[in-house]
Amino acid sequence: MSQSDVKAARPLSPHLQIYKPILTMVTSILQRITGVGLYIGMLLVAWWLVSIVTGPAYYDFVAGLFGSILGYLVLSGFTWALMFHLLGGLCHFLWDTGRGMEKGTLDKIAFVNAAGSIALTVVVWIIALAIA
Amino acid sequence: MVQLTLPRNSTVKKGKVWDKPAGATNVREYKIYRWSPDDEENPALDTYYVDTDDCGPMVLDGLIYIKNKIDSTLTFRRSCREGVCGSCAMNIDGTNTLACTKGMDEVKGAIKIYPLPHMPVVKDLVPDMNRFYAQHRFIEPWLKTTSPTPEAEWLQSHEDRAKLDGLYECILCACCSTSCPSYWWNGDRYLGPAVLLQAYRWLTDSRDEATGERLDALEDPFRLYRCHTIMNCSQACPKGLNPAKAIAEIKKMMVERRM
Repeated sequence: MSQSDVKAARPLSPHLQIYKPILTMVTSILQRITGVGLYIGMLLVAWWLVSIVTGPAYYDFVAGLFGSILGYLVLSGFTWALMFHLLGGLCHFLWDTGRGMEKGTLDKIAFVNAAGSIALTVVVWIIALAIA
Repeated sequence: MVQLTLPRNSTVKKGKVWDKPAGATNVREYKIYRWSPDDEENPALDTYYVDTDDCGPMVLDGLIYIKNKIDSTLTFRRSCREGVCGSCAMNIDGTNTLACTKGMDEVKGAIKIYPLPHMPVVKDLVPDMNRFYAQHRFIEPWLKTTSPTPEAEWLQSHEDRAKLDGLYECILCACCSTSCPSYWWNGDRYLGPAVLLQAYRWLTDSRDEATGERLDALEDPFRLYRCHTIMNCSQACPKGLNPAKAIAEIKKMMVERRM
């Protein structure tokens, strides 16, 4: 084999498959996923708005879907994605100033990001259901 | 390019289970990534048993035990065995670190060892580091000056010297760069945390007079700005340095010079 054949045959070492899912990496990945989720969530909001304009019958149909158990599940997931992405955005804002980047602080921030998003989601839903 | 899965020639197969050392009472299980260019096989994960009564306490000690007493074909880099050379950087128990400073007692269960992630493998635990070194060369890691060279040394205040703490200690082991998903997906264009920490080491050196051109060379959507603060680099560094913070400081310098 020539030198170039040897180099071409080299395998790529494992990466995502073997790397330990440490909290800071997982929150970073979730920041991406929730960002994509928000696009889908906004489509749902747009659909609901369109249904208002379309007419009472169609609105009742869409509102019925959102009011079902599955609808509640999707909406609460959307709320969580929004809260997670919001808090994550604030973290990135902080990091852009060069602050909050010490090793121990990183883990605390990631934990607050995750726990805070769940807490805020619960608060939003308690208020929403109280109003309803 | 983002490719989350491994190419077909790179998927890891089940490997050989080597016999336990005869007469050993305390053994530790090692699972080690093996690949040889001498046959057409895919990589495999071999299982070895290390006699901990006949071996030092570090993960590297176990590797040397295996090479000396069980399987002399096991290939890995090592030199100083005390965390100053950076040769034995590898992925141990899921995170990148130096085998010589990682204690076996820090790992629960079998000790799984892979080469540094997302690198071309030369053999077993030895990755091809050429691109990494070329990227280091790109940032011109030496003092650049225009003023006349002084008769003795370039002087620096204690305060200015202190700015290099946390930067000069880098041993270029590549644990950080190869822990970074951005570097995995865009390592051909993104310089990666180790090289950017080195770039900042020269940017912040009070004696260096090429700050402007150094920043110009980094002002690029990929070279610098592929850092998305995933923070794996800072979590991985076996020397306790903080590449993510160094990169953030470079980004700040980019903004500050425009104002």
